[in-house]
Amino acid sequence: MTCVHLLLTLVFAVSLGTPVEVHRPRGVPLSKKPFYEENKPFTCLDGSKTILFDQVNDDYCDCKGGSDEPGTAACPNGKFHCTNAGYKPTFIPSSRINDGICDCCDTTDEYNSGAKCENTCKELGRKEREVLQKMAEITKEGFLLKQQLIEEAKKGRGEKQSKVTEMQDNKKQLEEKVEALRTVKETAEQPEREAKERHLKAWEEQKAAIRLVKDKAKMAEAFLELDDNADGLVSVSELQSHAELDSDTDGTLSEAEAKGLMGGVEQVDTATFESVWENIKDKYHSESQPEEPAPVETPVDEVKEPVVDNESEPYPEDISEEEDEDDDDDDEYHEEDEKAPPTMKTPEKSQEDEEAMPPYEADTQVLIEAAQKARDDFEEAEKALREMDDQIRNIEKELSFDFGPNAEFTYLYSQCYELSTSEYIYRLCPFNRVSQKPKFGGSETNLGTWGSWSGPENNKYLSMKYEHGTGCWQGPNRSTTVKLTCGKETMLTSTSEPSRCEYLMEFITPAVCQEPSNIDLSAHGHTEL
Amino acid sequence: MAASCDSFVLLLFLLFVSAQAVDRSNFKTCDQSSFCKRQRELKPGQSPYRALLDTLELSDSRLTLQLINDNNKVRLLLELYRLQGNMTRVKINELKPIKPRYEVPDVLISDPITEALSVVSQDDNSLVLSLGGNEQRLIVSAQPFRLDIIEGPQVLMSLNSRGLLAFEHLRVRKDTNSESEETTGQQKEEQQTSEDGQIKEEEEEEKPGMWEETFKSHSDSKPNGPSSISLDFSLPGVEHVYGIPEHADTLRLKSTENSDPYRLYNLDVFQYELHNPMALYGAVPVLISHSTERTMGIFWLNAAETWVDISSNSPDTVSSDAPQTNVRWVSESGIIDVFIMLGPKPADVFTQYASLTGTQSFPPLSALAYHQCRWNYNDQEDVKAVDQGFDEHDIPYDFIWLDIEHADGKRYFTWDPIKFPTPKDMLKGLMDKRRKLVAIVDPHIRVDSGYRIHNEIRSKNFYVKNKDGGDYEGWCWPGNSGYPDFTNPEMRAWWASMFAYDQYEGSMENQYIWNDMNEPSVFNGPEVTMHKDAVHGVWEHRDVHNLYGLYVQKATSEGLIQRSGGVERPFVLTRAFFAGSQRYGAVWTGDNAAEWGHLKISIPMCLSLGLVGISFCGADVGGFFKHPSAELLVRWYQAGAYQPFFRAHAHIDTPRREPWLFGPENTALIREAVRQRYALLPNWYQLFYNAHNTGQPVMRPLWVEYPAEVTTFSIEDEYLIGKDLLVHPVTDEGATGVTAYLPGKGEVWYDVHSLQKHDGDQSLYIPVTMSSIPVFQRGGSIICRKERVRRSSSCMENDPYTLYVALNSQGFAEGELYIDDFHTFNYQKSKQFIHRRLSFSNNSLTSRNLAPDAQFSTESWIERIVVIGGSRPSSVSLINADGVESALEFEFSSNPAVLTVRKPSVSAAADWTVVLR
Repeated sequence: MTCVHLLLTLVFAVSLGTPVEVHRPRGVPLSKKPFYEENKPFTCLDGSKTILFDQVNDDYCDCKGGSDEPGTAACPNGKFHCTNAGYKPTFIPSSRINDGICDCCDTTDEYNSGAKCENTCKELGRKEREVLQKMAEITKEGFLLKQQLIEEAKKGRGEKQSKVTEMQDNKKQLEEKVEALRTVKETAEQPEREAKERHLKAWEEQKAAIRLVKDKAKMAEAFLELDDNADGLVSVSELQSHAELDSDTDGTLSEAEAKGLMGGVEQVDTATFESVWENIKDKYHSESQPEEPAPVETPVDEVKEPVVDNESEPYPEDISEEEDEDDDDDDEYHEEDEKAPPTMKTPEKSQEDEEAMPPYEADTQVLIEAAQKARDDFEEAEKALREMDDQIRNIEKELSFDFGPNAEFTYLYSQCYELSTSEYIYRLCPFNRVSQKPKFGGSETNLGTWGSWSGPENNKYLSMKYEHGTGCWQGPNRSTTVKLTCGKETMLTSTSEPSRCEYLMEFITPAVCQEPSNIDLSAHGHTEL
Repeated sequence: MAASCDSFVLLLFLLFVSAQAVDRSNFKTCDQSSFCKRQRELKPGQSPYRALLDTLELSDSRLTLQLINDNNKVRLLLELYRLQGNMTRVKINELKPIKPRYEVPDVLISDPITEALSVVSQDDNSLVLSLGGNEQRLIVSAQPFRLDIIEGPQVLMSLNSRGLLAFEHLRVRKDTNSESEETTGQQKEEQQTSEDGQIKEEEEEEKPGMWEETFKSHSDSKPNGPSSISLDFSLPGVEHVYGIPEHADTLRLKSTENSDPYRLYNLDVFQYELHNPMALYGAVPVLISHSTERTMGIFWLNAAETWVDISSNSPDTVSSDAPQTNVRWVSESGIIDVFIMLGPKPADVFTQYASLTGTQSFPPLSALAYHQCRWNYNDQEDVKAVDQGFDEHDIPYDFIWLDIEHADGKRYFTWDPIKFPTPKDMLKGLMDKRRKLVAIVDPHIRVDSGYRIHNEIRSKNFYVKNKDGGDYEGWCWPGNSGYPDFTNPEMRAWWASMFAYDQYEGSMENQYIWNDMNEPSVFNGPEVTMHKDAVHGVWEHRDVHNLYGLYVQKATSEGLIQRSGGVERPFVLTRAFFAGSQRYGAVWTGDNAAEWGHLKISIPMCLSLGLVGISFCGADVGGFFKHPSAELLVRWYQAGAYQPFFRAHAHIDTPRREPWLFGPENTALIREAVRQRYALLPNWYQLFYNAHNTGQPVMRPLWVEYPAEVTTFSIEDEYLIGKDLLVHPVTDEGATGVTAYLPGKGEVWYDVHSLQKHDGDQSLYIPVTMSSIPVFQRGGSIICRKERVRRSSSCMENDPYTLYVALNSQGFAEGELYIDDFHTFNYQKSKQFIHRRLSFSNNSLTSRNLAPDAQFSTESWIERIVVIGGSRPSSVSLINADGVESALEFEFSSNPAVLTVRKPSVSAAADWTVVLR
């Protein structure tokens, strides 16, 4: 039973290093002392009630706000003031008074619990000053470095901007060159095309002549075959033996049908058979040879193209992207390469039984070579233009990033910083991505790609957010928050995964160092630390 | 699953766990469990069993007689006992089994005390036995065999009245050889006499699944063949039955006529579904029946896979019949061993059951406080940061928990050398804050020759064996794992010794233990558990399955007692459990989810456990799987603060959810809920002391205290803590009000927050805001609180009490106050405690000693007395033990009528009276 407690206590307050004894109830800060006038009725600080002064710190809560029990645990919402001479004064919840745990470094919270507390205020004060001093030094140096970074960034930015301007000029020239070469190419291609067409036409004609001879031979052969009685004439009835010539598809070649094919006459000789042959040659089956397959020229041609397309489809794009180890990769599309193969159209090789086309004549060949060179020149120039475009885009992309109010974070761009833990190597490439790779084999995991600055409202540049990393089983995609603190160096100092698939990295950089004058070096500094 | 996780575990997850998500097909239906299918095909009708009354043998307390199955002539032995405390035990076994059948050991705390049984009358077809007073009789009918328990003219319960007694006798496989002729000689002989019978038996033999059974890719070799048992119970006049946990289902059991039966088979069910009879992690084969007239219980002592069918004929379906509930139990092996607890009051049934299986262990006070858990607190720094977070946000907590990632490669009893390099420093840091830690120790042991625990278990031959005699191995968290045979007492003794401080390196006295996965969980086993043909000594896993988890917790809790030299009370949490598990610690409802439905179901799930002895129950606050909204989390804290085991827990893949991560408003709401818990710890402690002494549940359905009020019989959205606090937690999203039923004609209830008075026997609409936790104190009760909530319960040990005296309509109230050292067995061994009766009548509040032979000194005193529902006194004075009277200051407000007496300043241990004049 601890109903009666020491009401008042002597405490020491530090004022310019001279201890002064101040009489006041336990747990009351100096600033509130005037409200606790000894031997006068006490009015609760919330005004709810007035009580006898004896009831202040009598271990019973009378005031709703808890102001009558600053030095006991009686009020659930009370606050106890630790003077903590030599260190920072502080308030603790009343519930921590005499709970057996040392909270105030001056031990004043444990006056009746039997807890053995040591006064650690001096030690804490000393340590805090050391830390603050060190911080101040770091901040000072860091801030200087930051100025350099800002300068460099400014310079770099200027350089890049002028480079872009320069490149824009070059690009114009290149574009002109491309246009010129396009004209050259088109000019060279015109005679080439004509020569090729001529060559092709000549060959077509030659083929037609050959075909005609073949047809004639076939006709003669057919005549002999049809002329069953070898009377030098083919009659209607002889023709009727070839049911495949049936035109109404009833399976038989009627007399009328046959007559129709014969041009209305009963029989024809070799000369007049020519017109009959025209009517029947498409359907006619030779009696001696096996049935020829119908010519299937076009389908062959049609099948070809999709096959080519399928082969060039880069189907598992995601996988290759994951394996992509080079962070500086610009992620350019390779569309041009994909489209290259189908552009080289080869002449149809449909009539395989025909002779191959003869080689171009020498003068045509010269035209082709000239055109090819024009094409190559044009493509080369076009490629150079594309590359130039890429470069300009990259620089413009870089210039578009938010590198801080004074571009002090610019230097982090296209850099990567690693940290090795027991199991993994973590890699932070600012403004790009964060990854994790097992030390002993295994593939890399994407912990997020650059999202945005995510610091508090007053300074968003104190933390970065990387999002949309590799997905988690039954969970979100991985993401990483990078907290930036002031340091002389630039390095990754720690990584953790406070929540599943949500990573936290600590990163020091001079770029966040504040102007040193902001740091308060006094022992009674703010609670900040 | 993050890349930082063991790729091994990743594999396991993908292979086994993720494959199970929302997959019911991984668990058997009755149709897929061959014995259940066989048994369920048997429909009610004339029983083939006949009691051979001429075989009757009656000793003082034991009656035996033989039963014969007229179809196959197999004889059974029926044993009947009358047990002290108004219970009847019915045992049925084969008269001469070809090998012994399993009888469950270690569940009954001792051989039940029997009472004399006498034959009142006997005729050709029946036998009437006296069950003692109250005109209770047990009638044995010979043909067909049935048992009826009657009181006066009223039948209380009938056994085998529907003819569903079915006992698959052990037999030799027909296709083996003719040796069987001799072993079953006697049976054969009798079969000769009845052609009919033999044919029947052969028909039985034909049924599939008798000698082996396959489920999915797993086959069960069933070397002993069919061995299932079944018995039906009819309960005339009963419409409400409860119990047989664990199921994620309503408090009141449903008819299973159009569904599977309720299943009892301890299983690690991934993402369990609500409102179905599927088995979960634990099994207590105890069913409680209740009507306005009487409460009874059926305790079916069998540890094998068990199914319970419930049907009823309510008056509206069969017009002429009185309401009746029929219950049929079916188990895969073992014997029929049933304890019929005849009540008649709910409290009597609890006492009766406690006399058989023991009472709730008395936890250290801190275990009743708030627990902060997560899979996983990553490392020592994380533990420290969370610990500091609680102080920064001024939220009390007593225990921080470490899940499986704390151990070195899931080798329990070890620490990850990188994440937890100096566990004693960590434990010391917590001890300095008067806080504690729980580390997980699961029963699957990593097969690893570099792991001492494994090597010792293997060399001592302590592992469960597979059917071929080798060590049984299965997959669990560490990969390939062995399972210690906890049914072996030597194994348990060895296991217990492993918790000694010099064995369990890095452990300290403020570290306690959590047994998870003890169904046992086997990722690649049938239904994610052990093969039934695995071998424990001479018994099959089939026989002991539901008991395995109990043994794990028993051995662990004995280990914790032993490490302190028998001084300290243990605290062990278990997921799997059986009848009797209440003796070893706490139980939680397993891997629930962050859904409103799961919050709601936590109430009937814990109420069901409380009815069958397990009071120390809780659900993962916030829900284990998935991510709770801030509203759900707050509501869950508010509900959890008023449930016995109060622990927040979360799956490793969920975002962090320490109480301060949801904005200052929600932090404040959670802080307030946790503070309400801490203020009420004296009440919780006293109720657990009471549960430990008497077997009365801590968390009670309303009908337990208001057994004649039919309205209360199906209520499961509110409950009583003890008999004096009624809680109706808010469990609906966006709720703006709840309707609470306040029971008791003539009763009054006081809202504990506003102290407003409400009459009983009404439904009351209560508007709620996010800060509301509707709780009512019964008029007529005195509740002790400690209102100086500190950062842990240990910090509050010496704090003063505030007494809340809620007057009933007669101006009366009473309550109890129990105090001891809050953590040792000294209350038991050397009677070091204070137990006082507080009673208010005739305007005087008196504290009287309930245990004059006990001794304990406390620094705690009475700082405030709040009398609710009285009138303004003109003076208040204290009369101390010496009769000296002194005036006390007080305040009175008339609406609501509350008298606050200021600072009696009398010791909580003293005799005193406060008089209002």
